[in-house]
Amino acid sequence: MPEMREAYGKALLAYGAGEPRLVVLDADVSSSTKSGLFGQKYPDRFYNVGIAEAGMVDVAVGLALGGMIPFCHSFAFLVALRAAEPIRTSVAYARTNVKLVGAYGGMSDSKDGPTHHAITDLAVMRAMPNLTVVVPADSNEAAAAVPAVAQHEGPVYLRVSRAEIPDATPAGEQFVIGKGRLLREGRHVAIVNCGILLARCLEAAAQLAQKGIEATVVNMPTLKPIDEKLLLQVAGTGAVVTVEEHSIVGGLGGAVAEVLGRRKPTRIAMVGVKDTFTETGPYEALLDKWGMGVADIVAAVRTAIG
Amino acid sequence: MYPESLIAEIEERARQLRCDVVRMIHGAGSGHPGGSLSAAEFLAALYFERLRIDPERPDWAERDRFILSKGHAAPVLYAALARRGFFPVEELCTLRQLGTRLQGHPDRLKTPGVDMTSGSLGHGLPIAAGLALAARRQGASWRTYVLLGDGESQAGLIWEGALVAAKYRLANLTAILDQNDVQLDGPVHEVMPMEPMADKWRAFGWAVIEIDGHNVRQILEALDQAEHIHDRPTVVIGRTTKGKGCSFMEGQAKWHGRAPNVEELACALQELGNA
Repeated sequence: MPEMREAYGKALLAYGAGEPRLVVLDADVSSSTKSGLFGQKYPDRFYNVGIAEAGMVDVAVGLALGGMIPFCHSFAFLVALRAAEPIRTSVAYARTNVKLVGAYGGMSDSKDGPTHHAITDLAVMRAMPNLTVVVPADSNEAAAAVPAVAQHEGPVYLRVSRAEIPDATPAGEQFVIGKGRLLREGRHVAIVNCGILLARCLEAAAQLAQKGIEATVVNMPTLKPIDEKLLLQVAGTGAVVTVEEHSIVGGLGGAVAEVLGRRKPTRIAMVGVKDTFTETGPYEALLDKWGMGVADIVAAVRTAIG
Repeated sequence: MYPESLIAEIEERARQLRCDVVRMIHGAGSGHPGGSLSAAEFLAALYFERLRIDPERPDWAERDRFILSKGHAAPVLYAALARRGFFPVEELCTLRQLGTRLQGHPDRLKTPGVDMTSGSLGHGLPIAAGLALAARRQGASWRTYVLLGDGESQAGLIWEGALVAAKYRLANLTAILDQNDVQLDGPVHEVMPMEPMADKWRAFGWAVIEIDGHNVRQILEALDQAEHIHDRPTVVIGRTTKGKGCSFMEGQAKWHGRAPNVEELACALQELGNA
């Protein structure tokens, strides 16, 4: 199965080859984030700042002010949490053109345990005005997102997974920031996905179909700004299930609830980590144990349609 | 090499900036006079002699960059920008008012001439290091200057930035440290001692120049000297007096962030020669 981080690293290298303003920063984890693929080819455009994530973000801010397009990398929990204040002040408020890449998103660094799991990064990043938040579903989408993120004028948080994930989206498609995608149409419920659980959503929809429940499946790779138009359209089914590899507090579930609560009150059930810390273990088993299995999506659909 | 007349002119600018600062903070009813007054000679020397800038083109690509990392000294930066012609001097009295371009702390998106948003302490140095890297990457000749506080230097971010600047030998970066030994809660040497300050910077791989931060000639000569150090970044450590120029504010932590009332303003302006 394809590794998303590998696809991301190759896409960054490919895009950077034709964009001399692109510079890459990492905080001592470049072999893990795969920013090192760029660093090996373009050492003069690669800055390893050591284990200093907050400082890395501010250095990237300076590079952006000086006309560069900096992509800075570390583990998602460090980028989004340790560097949260530099991101708030120097990136989001000052609206500098910094690209923040949170690697090892969700629980994908599974065996390193809860210290290394990022299950609150999206809530924190999504709360920042001016910041765009992109969460690819698979390797194809991660690769496609790189040019879109680089060309977007303004700060972006891009979450990348360490896991090997089955591709659920087609290769070579153009990534449009702010656009969701309808992958399957059904009249009973809408399953809205953000991130690497997309294949599980499609599997759940297939199982539900056998039981006579027709599910719409939507992929929302841009968490912010969320595609409100598409969301309102699929909420016409009368029931929505959100699916994310993140706490159910403040991520996709929160974003969908905010939009629908304001514009089209709809029954919502949320699939994700249930406001708790997790544990060490093999990745797929962790997802299943902590509430993100196909069975959990199916159960949430039954709850939502009542 | 600097004629007495130029030194006298910049000293007069510093006096004028101090008058602007106490008027602005009095008018706003809040703000940070102590750290604005301690930095007046630095700002006067930078904006009226050292910085290669053009008030007609605040976003001129080849300009020198200046970051006020100790962003609470915004009033003295705004005064320098206005007196240098970046926006009308009359606008200074809008400091901290609703709808103003002069926010409580510097905002690069609102105020012409402000190169970077600041106010949350510690960010200026790593950002300045990034700017210096960008200049080098483009083969540009502009320099980056950043003004730090000594209380601010307690922030770990400063030292993360110092490491980056040293690793990449950013000789096109000059930091200026306004060492007034007073922070909000009291003397820096009591709240969290930073001495030996110069040794810390040397140990981090920086060139250090120590001066009297209220001596304009020493400031200008130190900034020149920094340009001739080609293998390292330089920090100019200027010993200063918090609240300099208003005797009742000098060295007093309570004047870190407090506005003078009418009587105190009159007293301050009288001491400053009421420019």
